[in-house]
Parts: sequence; C-alpha cells; structure tokens
Amino acid sequence: MNQTATIFPSTKTPPAEMKKTDFVSDQTVRWCPGCGDYAILAGVQKLMPELGIPRENMVFISGIGCSSRFPYYMNTYGMHTIHGRAPAFATGLKVARPELSVWIVTGDGDGLGIGGNQMLHMLRRNLDVNILLFNNRIYGLTKGQVSPTSEQGLVTKSTPFGSLMTPLNPMTFALSAGASFIARALDVDAKALQTTLREAAEHKGTSFVEIYQNCPIFNDGTFSEISERSLREDRILRLQDGEPLLFGKEQNKGIRLKGLKPEIVDVNENTDLSELLVHDQILSGMNFPDFPVPMGVFRQVKHPRFEESVQEQIQNQIEKKGKGDLRKLIRGPQVWEA
Amino acid sequence: MNDGTENIMDLEQQNSNFPTTELETVTIRFAGDSGDGMQLTGNQFTQSSVMIGNDVITFPDYPAEIRAPAGTLAGVSGFELSFSKHDIHATGDRISVLIAMNPAALKVNLGDLEKGGILIVNSDSFSKNDLRKAEYDGNPLESEEIQNYRLVQIPITNLTLKAVEESGLSHREGGRCKNFFALGVVQWLFDRPIDNTRDWIQQKFKKREEIVKANMMALQAGYNYGITTELFHERYHVAPASLPPGEYRQITGNQALSLGCIAASVQSGKPILYASYPITPASDILHELAQHKNFGVKTMQSEDEIAAVSACIGAAYGGYLGVTGTSGPGLDLKGEALGYAVMVELPMVVLNIQRGGPSTGLPTKTEQTDLLAAIHGRHGEAPIPVLAPSTPGDCFYVALEAFRIALKYMTPVILLSDGALANGAEPWMLPDFEALPELEKEFRTESQNYTPYVRDLNTLARDWAVPGTPGLEHRIGGLEKDQYTGDVSYDPVNHEAMVLIRDAKIRRIAKDLPPLKIIGPEKNQLLVLCWGSAFGAALSAVESLQQKGKQVSLLHLQCLYPFHEELGNVLSGFDQILIPEMNLGQLSVLIRSEFLVDAVSMKKVQGKPFMVSEIRERIESLLQG
Ligand SMILES: Cc1ncc(C[n+]2csc(CCOP(=O)(O)OP(=O)(O)O)c2C)c(N)n1
Ligand code: SF4
Ligand SMILES: [Mg+2]
Repeated sequence: MNQTATIFPSTKTPPAEMKKTDFVSDQTVRWCPGCGDYAILAGVQKLMPELGIPRENMVFISGIGCSSRFPYYMNTYGMHTIHGRAPAFATGLKVARPELSVWIVTGDGDGLGIGGNQMLHMLRRNLDVNILLFNNRIYGLTKGQVSPTSEQGLVTKSTPFGSLMTPLNPMTFALSAGASFIARALDVDAKALQTTLREAAEHKGTSFVEIYQNCPIFNDGTFSEISERSLREDRILRLQDGEPLLFGKEQNKGIRLKGLKPEIVDVNENTDLSELLVHDQILSGMNFPDFPVPMGVFRQVKHPRFEESVQEQIQNQIEKKGKGDLRKLIRGPQVWEA
Repeated sequence: MNDGTENIMDLEQQNSNFPTTELETVTIRFAGDSGDGMQLTGNQFTQSSVMIGNDVITFPDYPAEIRAPAGTLAGVSGFELSFSKHDIHATGDRISVLIAMNPAALKVNLGDLEKGGILIVNSDSFSKNDLRKAEYDGNPLESEEIQNYRLVQIPITNLTLKAVEESGLSHREGGRCKNFFALGVVQWLFDRPIDNTRDWIQQKFKKREEIVKANMMALQAGYNYGITTELFHERYHVAPASLPPGEYRQITGNQALSLGCIAASVQSGKPILYASYPITPASDILHELAQHKNFGVKTMQSEDEIAAVSACIGAAYGGYLGVTGTSGPGLDLKGEALGYAVMVELPMVVLNIQRGGPSTGLPTKTEQTDLLAAIHGRHGEAPIPVLAPSTPGDCFYVALEAFRIALKYMTPVILLSDGALANGAEPWMLPDFEALPELEKEFRTESQNYTPYVRDLNTLARDWAVPGTPGLEHRIGGLEKDQYTGDVSYDPVNHEAMVLIRDAKIRRIAKDLPPLKIIGPEKNQLLVLCWGSAFGAALSAVESLQQKGKQVSLLHLQCLYPFHEELGNVLSGFDQILIPEMNLGQLSVLIRSEFLVDAVSMKKVQGKPFMVSEIRERIESLLQG
C-alpha cells in the first residue's frame, strides 16, 4: 500500500534532452507588459531542463494573484488553487507522492497575508519543495491595494492617505519559522536569479525564495532604488557562503559588526578582511538605505524532511506490527458470537 | 494475590440464594464529576453487557470543560446505556438506575430517573461543602422527593479506601478507585461477570502494578458488597438478545468511520491521506487512524481546517484518497476549498460530525443542524453529494459508500454524522468481507486526445490523470474551464454549460444509490422520514406502534443530496409524512420544496437525542388526525 511506485506511474529513466521550450505551455501569457513576472517565468523555464527531472514529475502549485497564474504557463502538471492555501495543497501532494518535484508560486498577499498561517507551517514542516514568493509589495490582481510587505506610508487605493502598518520582512519571517533554506533574488537580475533558483531546487528541504518583482501598473519602481542597473552593485550585497560581506562595483565596501550592530566600512588593501562579517542571520534585517540589500542564500541547513519522516513511521509500524490486515482490524479487540 | 477473591466460593454460594428478577430492558446512567471516571465505568459496563449477549445502546454525555471545578454542576459527566433482551435502537427515555457519585450528579440527573427507579449514591460525598458546591440548600437525601425512588446509600469512598488499603497506593490515588467499586456493585446487581473488566484493568494499567491491584480490589469489593449487605433485596437479570446470528463486536460511530476509511483504501487499492484539525467530536477519528500506519495510512494534524481540506485535495490530485474530519465550525472553514474541489472535480471525503451550533455552541452535544450548510453552504453553484449514517455501525458502510461515489463521480462527498452516533456504541455484526464493494478506479494513462475535462459519458466524471504520467501534463484550477479543451475560459455560454454539467453529474447519482428500505408497508397512512441518529428513536417508536397495528412506516434517508430517484414515488404512497430532526426543520424544507408535499416537521434542538416517547406521541396524534 505504501509502495507508491507500484500504484502510481513513475519515470526513473533520465529524460531525453529537454529544452526551455519544452516547459512553455500553449497558453498565452496574460501579465501586463513590462511585468516582472515575465522575467521570473523565463528564468524558471530556463532552469527546468537543467535539473534532470522528468517533466511529468514536476508540479507547480499556486494560490491566487497575478503571480499565481504562473502554473498555467508551465508545461508541467499544475494546480492554480485558492487564495493563500497553495502550501497546504502542496503539502498534501508531497506527503502523498514524495517522488514528485513540487514548486509553489505565491505572492506577497497570497503567501504572507491571507496565507500567512499556511506559509508559517509549511516552513516548519520542511517538505522537500520550493517556494517562490513574488514580492511586488502590492496586491496586483485586485488592482492595487496595500500588501503585508508594502512600505509604511505607501499610498494605494485602499490607503489613500498612506499605509499605517510596518512592512513584514519575508526573510525575517522565514528565519523565525525555522526555514531550512532562505534566499532572495531580483526579477531583473537574471543571472543571479538563475543561480539562486538552482540552489533552491538542489536544496533538500523547503526552499523559500523571495523574488523582488516590479509591478509597473500598481507599484512601479518599488525596488528601483536598488534594481537600477547603474546603482545595483552599490546597493545590493551578493551573499557568498563563508565569504566576507563585500559589496560595491569595486568591491570596496564591507560590513562588520560594531557591538551587536552591523556597520558599513570602506575596504582597501589595508583592511583586515577577517574583521568583516561573514554572512549570517543578522542579514535578514538589513535594508536600504541604511544598508545594501542582501541577495542570494541567507541560510541553508539540513533538517529532517516531513514526507520522509511520515514514510519512516509507516515503515516502522509495518515492521513492528506487520502489514495491515483489514479483517483483523475490523474484528477489533473482542468478538462474540450470537 | 490478595485482591478480595479469597472467599469467592462462599460468596458464589450466597449469590445463588439471591432472588433474581427477569427484566427486558434496563437503562442505567453513571454520573459523577468529570474526574470520577464515569465514561470509563460506563464503557466497562457496556462491554460486560455485550459479552453476555444483550443488545446495547450507549449515550455518553460529557461537559465541554475538561475539569470544571470539582463537585460543581458544570463538571458533571454522564454515561447512559440501555441493555436489553430485544433488539433496541435508542437509549431509554427515562433511566431505571442512576448512580450518582456526588450531589451535583444527583441534581443534574435525578429528573430523568423514573419513579420507583434505583438510586445509588456515594453517601461519603454529601458533606455540607459538597452540597454547597452543587447549590443544594438542604440535604436532598433527606428530602421528600427522594422517597419516590429506591434510594441505596453506600459510603463508596470509605469502602474503597478500606478495600485498597494493602495496595500501597496513597490516600489520594486509592480514592480514585471508587468508580471501580461502584462498577462492581452494579455489575453484581445486574448479574454481569466481572472477568472482562479484570482483564481490561490488567491491560490498561500494566505499567503500574499497584494500580492494577488496587482497581481489582475495589472492583471485587464492590461486587462482594452487593452480596454481603442487605441493601438490595433482589438482583436483576436481562437475558441475551436474540440478535441475528453471527459474529459481533462493539463499535462507536467514530470507530466505524475510521474502519470504513481504511476499508475504502484496501478495496480501492489506493492509499489514504487523512488530514484534520482537532475538534470535538471528530478528533477521535484522527487519533484512531493515526494508530493504523501499518495500512499505509498517512495522517497529519494540519495547522487549521483550511489546510486540512486543501492537503486532501492536493493528495487527491496525486491519486490518493483524501479524507478530512471536522465538525460545524471546521465545515465553515472548509467551504471555499470544497467549492474548489467541485470545480477541479477531484474525489475526496469530508466527515462532518455535527454538534450543537452555531459558533462554538454546544461542543459536546449532538445536533443535526449542518444539513443545509453541507448542501448549500458554498458560493456559486457547487453541488456536493451529502450522506448520513443511521447508527454507529452503519457509519462503516456509509463511509465506503462515500468513497464509492467520490471515486466514481470524481467529486467531493460530505458525510454527516453527529455527536450521538460518533460516541454512541452498539453491538455490530462483522461485515461480510466478500460482499464489501470493489472501489476500483483506474488512472488515465492514454495521452492521445487527453484534455483535463474529457468525461465518461455515463457518469460525466472526468478522467483522473495523476502527476508522474508522461504526456498527461495539465493544469487545473478554480477558474472556469472550457468544456472541451480544459483551458481557462470566461465565455458566458461555456460557463453555463459547465455549471449544468457539474450539476447533472451529481444528479445522476440519484439513479445509482442503494434501494430505499422502507420499514413497514410501502403504502400507508403515515411515513416517518428521518436521517442520521434520529433514526434510532424513530425506529423504536415506529416498531412499537406497528406492533399495535398502527399504520405507520419508516424510512431512513442515507443520501440527502441528491435525493434517491425513487423518493418522490415513495412519498406519494403515504397520506402524511413526519420528519423528526434535531434542527429547525432542515430536511423538511428540502422535502417540501423538492416534492411539494405537506410534510410535518418535528423539531428538537436541545443538544439531546429524541426520546422514543416524543416521536411515538407525535405519530399517534397525527394518526388520530
Ligand atoms: C478568499 C479570497 N479573498 C480575496 C480574493 C481576491 N484576491 C485575489 S488576488 C488578491 C491579492 C493578491 O496579491 P498578491 O498575492 O500580492 O499577488 P499579486 O497579484 O500581487 O501577484 C486578492 C485579495 C480571493 N481571490 N479570494
Ligand atoms: S498588475 Fe502588476 S503584478 Fe499584475 S500582471 Fe500587471 S504588472 Fe504584473
Ligand atoms: Mg503582490
């Protein structure tokens, strides 16, 4: 009963040469011109053939929002579910079918507003799935209301005099949930996006990737202070595991700790690099303009994976009690004759 | 071992000298503080009764608070059971024996004791302080009212402490054995063997030998007490019932649902994912299924009800049987996802164990108030088949039926049980394993001409294509789909066509249901039409009136949506229709609107099952016109 392979189709042979176009569905993409979602879609479609996973074993699951239309454009299995609950649908599928490669696509409203509880517990459970959270700091599909990641003071249709709440930082959220892989990427930075997505795919456990995404219609330029090509290298910090925190076009600035607080220092040939902070959790709180915005993998640790633990318990029980016998079970502890 | 058995031979001798009166049916209620172990006591008495062959029906009734302040009215927990030499279907309307472990239990329950009934009280717990906590002004044991009953005062606490003196337990722990003393007394009084209970104690407390010893001593002391004191002048005997021959076990509704789910998994060859969020009275199903992982059952406690149902749909997309259990508040939360399941046409089952509502309502009491919510409680045209079992044991078969419909028609199904079925127990004849339904359902593998909404022309069910199948990659979702290509479509005419197809698919189930079983003549003056646990009391009422020659028949509706295709015909065979339900007439609204018949609604929303006499009297008055 638990040998899923005997019940469910499963391809073991490595797929024939596949190309990006094999992952493009026949549906017309309907995002607004210039939407950051296009670049992310292209990035994901480009990555897929490189993963060596049969296409029929891939499932994209989303909630509701502009970003959540994503599965329709992927020529894989997919579910466009209900608002905020994609993590729960994905949990059910992955627990049932651990051999599948499961991807969750969600937005800042979908994943952190209505679906905050599902996201929190998804991260705690640590199934081997990948979460792509498209953060445009706005509700796109409902035409421009404030979102949980909108900056305080943001004027939107629902906050004509400015938003009153402080924004939620998805990185800090994921860290406190104990996520085993946390990363950030930028829609327009295709190369780094590609690298981060690959690392996420390769991580064994839940990978949480926040992707800064521009919504040119309702929140245009929300990330332009850091994403503008000419400013980017001075304003983002590319994280490299185990490396000192250096940034700037010339790699001439660094971050070090002063007491418990990080500070920016100029770096030249006389700087003792060992004084610089090697990247760790303090990063999640760093934000522009006080600091450059960290990009890349914030944290990656090994945790037990939920779907495997579920399977292990089943295996243990079978070893202990033998395979379930329906007749015996139904008879129960005591039977009598009438 | 010195557990009070040493003089057993003498006692058996004395025992046989006791006059014994034969009774047909007895209803006992054990009542005490939530911490007094009344549920356990009741269960043990039930077990000994089924073992000697009586038919038994139980009705546990416990407070929502786990431990309300000791001795208070809010903390009273009760366990009622009827046992009989006949085939019985409901617990008695009045109780013939009440065991009250404290004044609060007396106050809450005395009103249900029949005049002349036996009242056993723990006289050690009637101190001034106990009486104050139970809000008594004087001592009720000295009142005039009490003379209506056969009062038996037993200093249960002290006798228990004395009995367990040598066990080595502390005073406090020793006192806890008093429910076994009480059980011993009642088992003697009704001539039940105590071996079963002894085995059970052995098993249950095997990690603490001194507790095994003490409980055994208390049980035996209680039993001996009946023999050696002159408190009782006679014993009572209830002969075995002549149930249809076969093998029986005791089962509660929630156990039967759990077994039904596992049976569905075995019969369909598909594994189960049971995801649920704890809620009374459904949590026991999660507890039970979590025990049976060796059947490949995957269980998980989700973060909330929305996540639970969503996980089931996700698993169903992957080819699993998704099942979630809940009660009213959780059913509300699952609504949106159930509409989604209707839209994407995936099979899954929701077990909704109804309790008193709205809102948190009466969490531990029974009601049938979720019928309209189950049928209509979603936005949009979102039809879902709704089924209800009639007895605890029937839960097993109806669970299988729910999966049969879900798989055959690729649809979510809601099964409406209720608190009385869920916790109530009855002797249950083991199923004929050969006759269990085959629930085969093939996945689609053929990739030619596949679109997500190609349908079987008979059932209108779409094909089940699961991830992992090459060439069938497809996307489903909550947006309306083109009926042919399965692509997102906002076309108005297509939308209407899809609404009609989804509706027609569910309506077709009406032709594919087990035959309606009318108890009594198919044409008659009056039909009692019922669903769920109201069946028990209705059956007792109808049977007793039929024996008197009254022109009344009974029908239990297992499928509440859609109605069986024959139902209209059946109803037209009766001059009058009476629908007793523990709500404000939800089924009767449906019956009246669907069939334009003048059905009479009988309503009760007290968190308690119908009494047989209530229904009987109503039938009689209708028959007299
Ligand atoms: C239960 C429910 N409530 C509200 C909506 C309406 N709604 C659809 S998308 C959305 C917000 C989406 O925002 P986000 O997740 O940030 O996605 P984006 O469109 O920005 O990509 C809302 C409120 C809905 N579909 N379902
Ligand atoms: S509204 Fe914004 S997020 Fe949505 S598709 Fe248009 S640009 Fe993209
Ligand atoms: Mg957004």
